[in-house]
Amino acid sequence: MSNKPQTLFDKVWDAHVVKQVADGPDVLFIDRHFIHEVTSPVAFLGLKNRNVDVMFPEKTFATADHNTPTINQHLPVADVLSANQLRALEENSAKYGISHWGLGNPKNGIVHVVGPENGITLPGMTIVCGDSHTSTHGAFGCIAFGIGTSEVEMVLASQCIMQPKPKKMRINVHGSMGKGVTPKDVVLYIISKLTAAGATGYFVEFAGPVFESMSMEGRMTVCNMSIEMGARGGMIAPDETTFNYIKGREKAPKGEAWDNSLAYWKTLKTEEGSVFDVEYNYDGADIEPMITYGTNPGMGMGISQRIPTAEGMESGKVSYEKSLNYMGFDEDQPMLGKKIDYVFIGSCTNGRIEDFRAFASIVKGRKKADNVTAWVVPGSHIVEQQIKDEGILDILTEAGFELRQPGCSACLAMNDDKIPVGKYAVSTSNRNFEGRQGPGARTLLASPLVAAAAAVTGIITDPRTLIG
Amino acid sequence: MAYDKFTVLSSTAVPLPIENVDTDQIIPARFLKATKREGFDENLFRDWRYNPDNTPKQDFVLNNPIYTGKILVGGRNFGSGSSREHAAWAIYDYGFRCVVSSFFADIFKNNSMNIGILPVTVSEGFLHQIFTAIENDPNTLIEINLDAQTIILVATGEKETFDINGYKKHNLMNGFDDIDFLHNIKSEITAFAENSPY
Repeated sequence: MSNKPQTLFDKVWDAHVVKQVADGPDVLFIDRHFIHEVTSPVAFLGLKNRNVDVMFPEKTFATADHNTPTINQHLPVADVLSANQLRALEENSAKYGISHWGLGNPKNGIVHVVGPENGITLPGMTIVCGDSHTSTHGAFGCIAFGIGTSEVEMVLASQCIMQPKPKKMRINVHGSMGKGVTPKDVVLYIISKLTAAGATGYFVEFAGPVFESMSMEGRMTVCNMSIEMGARGGMIAPDETTFNYIKGREKAPKGEAWDNSLAYWKTLKTEEGSVFDVEYNYDGADIEPMITYGTNPGMGMGISQRIPTAEGMESGKVSYEKSLNYMGFDEDQPMLGKKIDYVFIGSCTNGRIEDFRAFASIVKGRKKADNVTAWVVPGSHIVEQQIKDEGILDILTEAGFELRQPGCSACLAMNDDKIPVGKYAVSTSNRNFEGRQGPGARTLLASPLVAAAAAVTGIITDPRTLIG
Repeated sequence: MAYDKFTVLSSTAVPLPIENVDTDQIIPARFLKATKREGFDENLFRDWRYNPDNTPKQDFVLNNPIYTGKILVGGRNFGSGSSREHAAWAIYDYGFRCVVSSFFADIFKNNSMNIGILPVTVSEGFLHQIFTAIENDPNTLIEINLDAQTIILVATGEKETFDINGYKKHNLMNGFDDIDFLHNIKSEITAFAENSPY
């Protein structure tokens, strides 16, 4: 071992390399594997065809989320294909002895919400799931990333995957977040600067005072969207905020095991003098509430700005124009004041209790605009219960909002929660791709505060004008 | 799942000169409900390929009979977004064996190689040359030689070399996958797991 200063990423990666393949990838041991109903059935079929068992069933956790209804979850799932997937997850989990939190289970919810809130996600782990937003778990100082179904099969069969080690990027945000600015705005700002492909090939460490001052919920929002800048994943060094969040959670270590874990977790930080392949620096003071205007998450802007013009673009003019055309927008238009039709708050990006607190802070004492259909979807049953316990449900109900049941919902619109053709939706989710929220749907990504401001005014509104 | 070995591919190509083609375009989420790998090719580029009433959109390249072949050529940042391997399955099952672009999203690239599609990364300039050649002559032949790591515009002989690690190259040329490899080092994995703190 050399004495070269090590990054957080190097420490966690190197601790998991089982074997290095010459002129090839590293064989990486996986500590936690999450599975859900959509990307796992074909992996289990593969195991069956190969006549291979699950190597460490206790390291895999199943939850149903992508393809579940968000109303009447006590009734049988009406969509036959969706019901088949849910049954396959249940049967495969039972067959191989995998923990399964299906529909109706009090622990059920979106995979990237339930992992952390039950203490399954712990600092220094490697975590994978057949879902690109697995990067969420990086908020705990984990190497966490999305994988394809072949790799899901690989992890089930061997608890390993084969990955070339990515390059390292550090993104520092200095200063602090201004009024009305949330972690979602910080990450949308970064993506707007780097573009949707700007971090492809890299693993990102988010560092600096802005991230240090964030709650775990906020850090999860940031790491969640690492993939939207193309990164394999993003991570934040664990600190007291992290340890306080984990302590006492159901599957977190207890007693002596806690003390031992804590001693190790405290070593998980980037050492002074470590070298990154690339580094970016931003200032929190430059970030205002953000909104997207196009069809990839890199097409975001400060809410008070005007839509950029294609003039001066070196390439991609055609794609840019196609994108604005899909959205029904023109260059150099302001976004403020545009009429919207739908609001969606939820998803693995912004479906945690802090997000509903933020949403309610603006909604309180106001009414939902008549022209807006709003879907308020908690990330898990635990979040749902918190919403009730904290009186947020009363605020929502008073203002004319209904709370739905947990699931991925309109983020990817696999279930019935689809935005109709041509309609505008302010969404706290992570992707504004064409048709992502339903064929022809037009998505505007934003924070829970911007979503709330739009929900009560019916138009795109700067939330800072509604905050006392 | 077994796939065809990849050695040398000589074919015409289908051009899709759009940047940031994400996996939601390659296959929308509402078509991910199967529990088996079948039928995904029918929904490849569904919303670009078909109108809401399921009639083909005449201006989309897959509906234009002059463009055929086993090579799909896409704009920069191809395959971004969701990790759904269904996107790679749809492309493979439709009949493509190779996707050429100047830049691929990571997960899509991995998924492709895992199921037998060769992603070939070329320079921005060469990508432009390919698009121009196909535009001028839809019968333009492209030859991709995995062993030599070359991509050639056959008519003019213009060519580039591309990168791929030796391990993945060996797999693709022989139709192997990672599980075959991992199966053979099972005892090393077991030994490693015994020392895992989690």
